[in-house]
Amino acid sequence: MSADTGRPVDRNFPTEDEYQVLLGKRTRRGTTAKFGFLFLLSLAVLGLAVLLMTIINDSFGLVAVVNQQEPEEIVASLGYDPGEVTLESLSKEDLVTVLAGGISNGVGRRLEREQRFFEDRLAFETQDKWDEVCASDEPPAGCSGGARSQGDVLLLVKERIVQPDIIASYGFFNSILGGNAFKDDIAGIFENTPERWPDYTFDEVRFQWRAWLNMTFVTTPSSSIPELAGIRTAILGSAWLVLFTVLFAVPVGVGAAIYLEEFAKKNRINDFIQTNINNLAGVPSIIYGMLGLAVFVRLLEPLTQGRTVISAGLTLGLLTLPVVIISSQEAIRAVPNSLRQGGMALGATKWQTVRSHVLPVAVPGILTGTILAVARAIGETAPLILVGAAGFITVDPTGPFSQFTALPIQIFQWASFPQKEWQNIAAAASLALLIMLLLLNAVAVILRNRYSRRMT
Amino acid sequence: MSDQPVTTGEDAAGAAGEIRPGMAFSGGFRGAGEGVPEELRPGVIETRGMNVYYGDFEAVSGIDLNFQYNEISALIGPSGCGKSTVLRSLNRMNDLIPSARTEGEVIYHGENIYAPGVDPVEIRRRLGMVFQKPNPFPKSIYDNIAWGVKINGFKGSRADMDDVVQRALEQAALWDEVKDKLKESGLSLSGGQQQRLCIARAVATQPDVVLMDEPCSALDPIATLRIEELMLELKKDYSIIIVTHNMQQAARVSDRTAFFNVELDNRGMRTGHLVEFSPTDLLFTNPKQTQTEDYITGRFG
Repeated sequence: MSADTGRPVDRNFPTEDEYQVLLGKRTRRGTTAKFGFLFLLSLAVLGLAVLLMTIINDSFGLVAVVNQQEPEEIVASLGYDPGEVTLESLSKEDLVTVLAGGISNGVGRRLEREQRFFEDRLAFETQDKWDEVCASDEPPAGCSGGARSQGDVLLLVKERIVQPDIIASYGFFNSILGGNAFKDDIAGIFENTPERWPDYTFDEVRFQWRAWLNMTFVTTPSSSIPELAGIRTAILGSAWLVLFTVLFAVPVGVGAAIYLEEFAKKNRINDFIQTNINNLAGVPSIIYGMLGLAVFVRLLEPLTQGRTVISAGLTLGLLTLPVVIISSQEAIRAVPNSLRQGGMALGATKWQTVRSHVLPVAVPGILTGTILAVARAIGETAPLILVGAAGFITVDPTGPFSQFTALPIQIFQWASFPQKEWQNIAAAASLALLIMLLLLNAVAVILRNRYSRRMT
Repeated sequence: MSDQPVTTGEDAAGAAGEIRPGMAFSGGFRGAGEGVPEELRPGVIETRGMNVYYGDFEAVSGIDLNFQYNEISALIGPSGCGKSTVLRSLNRMNDLIPSARTEGEVIYHGENIYAPGVDPVEIRRRLGMVFQKPNPFPKSIYDNIAWGVKINGFKGSRADMDDVVQRALEQAALWDEVKDKLKESGLSLSGGQQQRLCIARAVATQPDVVLMDEPCSALDPIATLRIEELMLELKKDYSIIIVTHNMQQAARVSDRTAFFNVELDNRGMRTGHLVEFSPTDLLFTNPKQTQTEDYITGRFG
């Protein structure tokens, strides 16, 4: 590979043979490094895969259930053919009849006072008594609210009449690969805990495939029975929190970033502010929780009404603010200076230039940074515990001054219960949270591409 | 200089320095002083003892220049001699560099543009600028030109704006190439077209002077030639000051050339200063200073 050039030989350079040896060594070192990094990447992928598999394993799988009353029997008792009609497809009238046949009149009246069954008539109360109750000083919620839907009544029938009792639940992989092990397992449970399962036989046990994350789970509020609990309240709570977080952090953060990047003079005060913003981005979230508790919940209670959506939203807004500022600053800084000069050279003011040329180019970057920051806020648990997210709540948040819970709080709550079914719904809620984050990231990508494509 | 428009009495009065308040930088001086000896004729813009500093570093020192109406003036010199710095001082673009500081006077229409109370935004609107690297906005070709006009308070209708855009593109010899794709991005054009778009953008706001900072250094020879032809065309309506590394270019297009050189001061800092400012044909054929002669004959630089 070498040619005699006739130049004098410099002894400081390697000879041809030495060079070949060195070249081999360098190549091998490069290859080793490449495979080393590939191995590290595999480790990272493996970790993420295990995480996802654990969640999926708990979210889907077989459950062994015994029902107090089988749904088919209920359908048959109404005169329908169980082969054609399912419990879920029954009308609200039929379901109320079933309910009335299975619960005491007292319980029925109490349920009716919580929320009535029909708009036009009463199912359990007499009209005279109802009028009297509603005319009292503290009329129950049923007097003013609308009627229960078919789904609501169906839920009540399942909860009070069918009364499903889960003997055991199995993970996704166990369910697929388990074979006949379940039979022995159930027999063992019956044998070992006779006081819990006094007079059930194996024939009554139904094995059902259950996706713990399903539409019902997403659309029902929480409950004290894991099979019936859902995450609607938590999802709505998280959505409200995101709304207030964004409303606070984005205008304030982007505005501050514009000032710092485009207008601030380089002096001690601005350097000090910048350094502090950088440091705030690394402050643990629990400390923001302490701040939120002291300021928004206690000090500003007349304005925020204490432990409400707005207190928590503002706390999360403060938490994301430094990240929004820093990422917006980076996006603004990445806009080429030639654009600013071009604008200024035409006799534009600083603000005209920034508004028309710098910001449009910076928007994709600002959006990406902001959405990543908000995504972090959605997953935050610690500050919400401090500012008073409710662990158990079945009322949907309706505005800034509502009580609330959030998905991570709900997950934390459920995961801390010992029974297996709570673990299942905690996993399902985790999956829901992950899907929410993925959707949010997808929105970020779509917005970014739309802005980047506009003019390049 | 013989093709300059006839001077009115009012213009001449204004040129003599009787600036009425509130009219500081408005136009109307063009062609002032026909027949007056060249040294005494008021220029479109004039620097008097101008020094520019970046922090402690003195970039250029003691610059006295007087640029004439409807001429192309070229600034040449070796790298680091401060010619771009001088150019950027003329429309206060140096203000955008936080550490930059200008001493001395830059007289434009009888007033020092560095006097307190002068808004640099107005100066930049009267002295347009074209940069070394074409920097069209990431907007449509149409908006690239309309934007500068709009932000300076254009009152006309849409149709009027269309006329302004067309006229600017025609002046920049770009109209025929882009008239069917005005809605396309300015960045979709070739480098030479982008630079002409930037020139169109600069002349659309109707400045007095167009400052060009090495406008052809990023272009191929054919695009360069087009820009040079364009400059000769534009000087009928505008005064042009161009910084160039290319001595042939200065010789080809300019009426007057300023040669800058660097000097090492006692701290070892390189400070630029003006060596010679003469009509181009004189400077290239019969330079007064040996430094100039050395440079143009290629003995250094």
